[in-house]
Amino acid sequence: MKDVKCECGHVNPHGTVLCEACGKILDEEENKNHLLDMRYEGSARRSQTYNKTIIDKIWNFFSSVKVGVWLIVITLIASILGTILPQEMYIDLPPEVYYQQEYGWFGKLYYQLGFHDLYGSWWYLLLIALIGISLVICSLDRVVPLYKALKAQRVTRHEGFLKRQRIFGVNHHIDDNDLAIVKQHLLQKHYHVREENGDLLAEKGRFSRWGPYVNHVGLIIFLFGGMLRFVPGMYVNENLWIREGETAVVPETGEQFYLQNNQFILQHYDKDKNKTFEKALERAGDVVKNYQSNVVLYKRSGKKIPGETPKLKKVKEYKVRVNHPLTFDGYSVYQASFRSEMNAMTFALTNKKTKKPVGELKINLLNPKEKYDLGNGYTVEILNYFPDFEFAKNGEPSTKSRVPNNPAFVFRMFTPEKPKGETSFVAIRQTIEPFGNNTYKMAFKGIDTKNVSGLIVRKDSSLWVIILGGILFMIGVVQGAYWNHRRIWVQHKNGEVWIAAHTNKNWYGLKREIERVLENTKLDLPKDQFQNEQTDKEGA
Amino acid sequence: MATLSSNLLFIAFILYLVATLFFGGSIKAKKDLNDTKTTNKWGKIAVFLTIVGFVSQLGYFITRWIAAGHAPVSNMFEFTTFFGMALVGAFIVIYFIYRTTLLGLFTMPVAILVIAYASMFPRDISPLIPALQSYWLHIHVTTAAIGEAILAISFAAGLIYLVKVIDQTKPSKRTFWLEVVMFALVVVIGFVAVSSIFSGVGYHEKFNWTDKHGNEDVMEYTMPALTGPHKAELLTEGGFQPLVEMPAIINAKKLNTVIWSLLAGGVLYSLIRLIIRKRIAAALKPLVKNIKLDFVDEISYRSVLIGFPVFTLGALVFAMIWAQVAWSRFWGWDPKEVWALITWLFYAAFLHLRLSKGWHGEKSAWLAVIGFVIIMFNLVAVNLVIAGLHSYAGS
Ligand code: HEM
Repeated sequence: MKDVKCECGHVNPHGTVLCEACGKILDEEENKNHLLDMRYEGSARRSQTYNKTIIDKIWNFFSSVKVGVWLIVITLIASILGTILPQEMYIDLPPEVYYQQEYGWFGKLYYQLGFHDLYGSWWYLLLIALIGISLVICSLDRVVPLYKALKAQRVTRHEGFLKRQRIFGVNHHIDDNDLAIVKQHLLQKHYHVREENGDLLAEKGRFSRWGPYVNHVGLIIFLFGGMLRFVPGMYVNENLWIREGETAVVPETGEQFYLQNNQFILQHYDKDKNKTFEKALERAGDVVKNYQSNVVLYKRSGKKIPGETPKLKKVKEYKVRVNHPLTFDGYSVYQASFRSEMNAMTFALTNKKTKKPVGELKINLLNPKEKYDLGNGYTVEILNYFPDFEFAKNGEPSTKSRVPNNPAFVFRMFTPEKPKGETSFVAIRQTIEPFGNNTYKMAFKGIDTKNVSGLIVRKDSSLWVIILGGILFMIGVVQGAYWNHRRIWVQHKNGEVWIAAHTNKNWYGLKREIERVLENTKLDLPKDQFQNEQTDKEGA
Repeated sequence: MATLSSNLLFIAFILYLVATLFFGGSIKAKKDLNDTKTTNKWGKIAVFLTIVGFVSQLGYFITRWIAAGHAPVSNMFEFTTFFGMALVGAFIVIYFIYRTTLLGLFTMPVAILVIAYASMFPRDISPLIPALQSYWLHIHVTTAAIGEAILAISFAAGLIYLVKVIDQTKPSKRTFWLEVVMFALVVVIGFVAVSSIFSGVGYHEKFNWTDKHGNEDVMEYTMPALTGPHKAELLTEGGFQPLVEMPAIINAKKLNTVIWSLLAGGVLYSLIRLIIRKRIAAALKPLVKNIKLDFVDEISYRSVLIGFPVFTLGALVFAMIWAQVAWSRFWGWDPKEVWALITWLFYAAFLHLRLSKGWHGEKSAWLAVIGFVIIMFNLVAVNLVIAGLHSYAGS
């Protein structure tokens, strides 16, 4: 395609609407409008110029703001759908049961349509990906020509260009003094003033034109950061339960780090101590004040030798609380939840008739002994232990898990009266004596519980990309929104002084600024031709 | 301290009311509103009262902060009041850019409604659960509210635009929807009125009811139950027998409040129409006759431009930082988060439509209205209806 040479001598790329240098209208179409469309300086955008090959068509599709806005609106509506019912991650039943049970046919439909995991669905991710592509192409399509056009602009502008600016005015009297004052004022207002043949171009805030592109780059980096999460090793998210007093290896650290949980603390607000909250607490009942795990972090020293207890070096002690995660080596450990677990049970071997206890034993539920010697010829053996007792389908006693949620024992009690021993099955609130009446029983005395801290171990190496994207985005929006690109042309044409001005936004501010700039001169304020057009239409 | 705090809020509220009257006066008294450099005496008094009211409310905020030991933005009452304060603050700032008292006449009533609405929620100082004990939370909530408040100014300006531009001589779709907006504002007054009246007379009634899992429980109403809970059994002697019983999945109590508000709003609205004998928007029209359309359009756009970055920072960036610290993930698709995203996407679409599709003027004004509806939905419905991690449960 041929480049276009303007009468001012500047060579413009094919497709240019307004000469980059002098602003003369090169595209006849544009001639019809009363005011110029100044959005991209009338520069030659690829999408407006070529439409032949498939690549052109794809490029044009994604560079259209109309398409971009549609993508945003569709994403918006899709996002609304996902908030009608709770998403899968916030429910505690299997989804196939939950939605129908809670919300009837509507819930079932919601589930069948896949809306229970809307934000993780392929089509939602696709929408976001399309927005990303649109962002890249759209920005490239505009930023390069815009940059070139702004760089190539000359001070002296074509008449047609000036006349068709929204703010435009003509002065018949020329006073060089006035021009000097205007220039002075413009400099005071921090304009960058260029002069050619006695014509002025005052410009400021051009950098704000790059705001949208900076923010779009920020968004793209942000989205890219989000994608990195799917790269193995970038993202660790594991639950870690540690009982009080125990030490566990921190998952996904290559068995480098160990965490010891010394104590779990749960505190509630006390309405007698916190008078300020008295009324609120009366209404709400118990309110938790603090969840806290006091932990010690260890690092393994030396090589790992299978079967041997590793040597640990203490790194630090920390109180992990909500909002105060423990961080080390790129990992963060969060206080997420807790549970209380039975730890030990105490029984007294008791003569059923005399009700006299002959000795007590405390069984560690995680690690029970086989035999407890109570002295004077009394011993208790544990024949069988079911930490999480249930009757299996065949009626046999069995255990659901190794966690002592519902411990049950088969004891054999050896006493001087019954040296061969008596068997007793003891579960919580349940005693069975399989071989008839026993003389002795294991009387339940008490339970020791221990807290288990529920921690989350998280490592997110993509975080810094996301942070970078976020910062860039913020810089970009602020740059584009809080500054504007203003240009004022003061030029000699036909023995008159023409004043024209353009801004990409905030016309009100520009007009006020022109008022100040023209103060103490005989120059007339230029008119806002857009407003005139409007009042014409209103007919008022 | 807590009493001082409530008194300051009350004073602020009264001052806002009086200021609104003066804003009205300033419009009536002044011929040429486009002469933006001068504000008449009425207008000056109105702005002065607004600023004093704002300072008083700031006093409420600070004293309550001292009393509670944490920034008072942690329940529905506190957050909504803060939003009202931010709205007034945003108006003051925009006023000093554009010097138009007309904007005050449209913004202050919205702020007053917001604060009145807030006061219908329990006002006790409440303790913070562990997740909320974070200064990031307070930074997030306050910045988000300020951003929303600035965006709400564009709603006020958009409303002025619509009142001015829409031809009220014959009914049309536009007059209808504008009147719907007016009606919605009246319904808020209705809600405040019925809530105050029934709590003023101390109305209470209790029901036994059965929830969707078949559990029996007691539910307490503070307004006569038009819609009763599932399998309701009135426990209070002389209480009002529900007209209809709701299925278990519907929260009958909240629905009841909504119905009462709509009823009261409907009655109020009918009364207003009987008195003024035209649409509310038509009655407001003379007030806006001196303002130029492209001037309000610019204010509306400008507030979106100023508000959008603040909103992004508060509702998304700070929110993500807090979520990362408190819950170990910066984004969790919780309904409140999603609605912040929706609001953000909406205003992004708004900006693009304006910039590239040339959606100025009336279209842009309608968008400003829709944006405000989304913000209000996020504040009211998402907190109270769609329960999530953020929902200030129960209050
Ligand atoms: C959620 C995603 C997006 C956000 C948050 C966003 C944000 C923004 C913002 C804040 C501006 C500045 C607007 C103004 O100053 O009035 C802007 C401008 C712009 N955006 Fe986006 N954008 C997004 C997506 C897109 C997409 C998908 C496209 C492509 C179709 C696009 C194309 C543009 C264009 C062409 C401009 C104007 C640039 C100029 O005039 O120099 N944006 N965007």
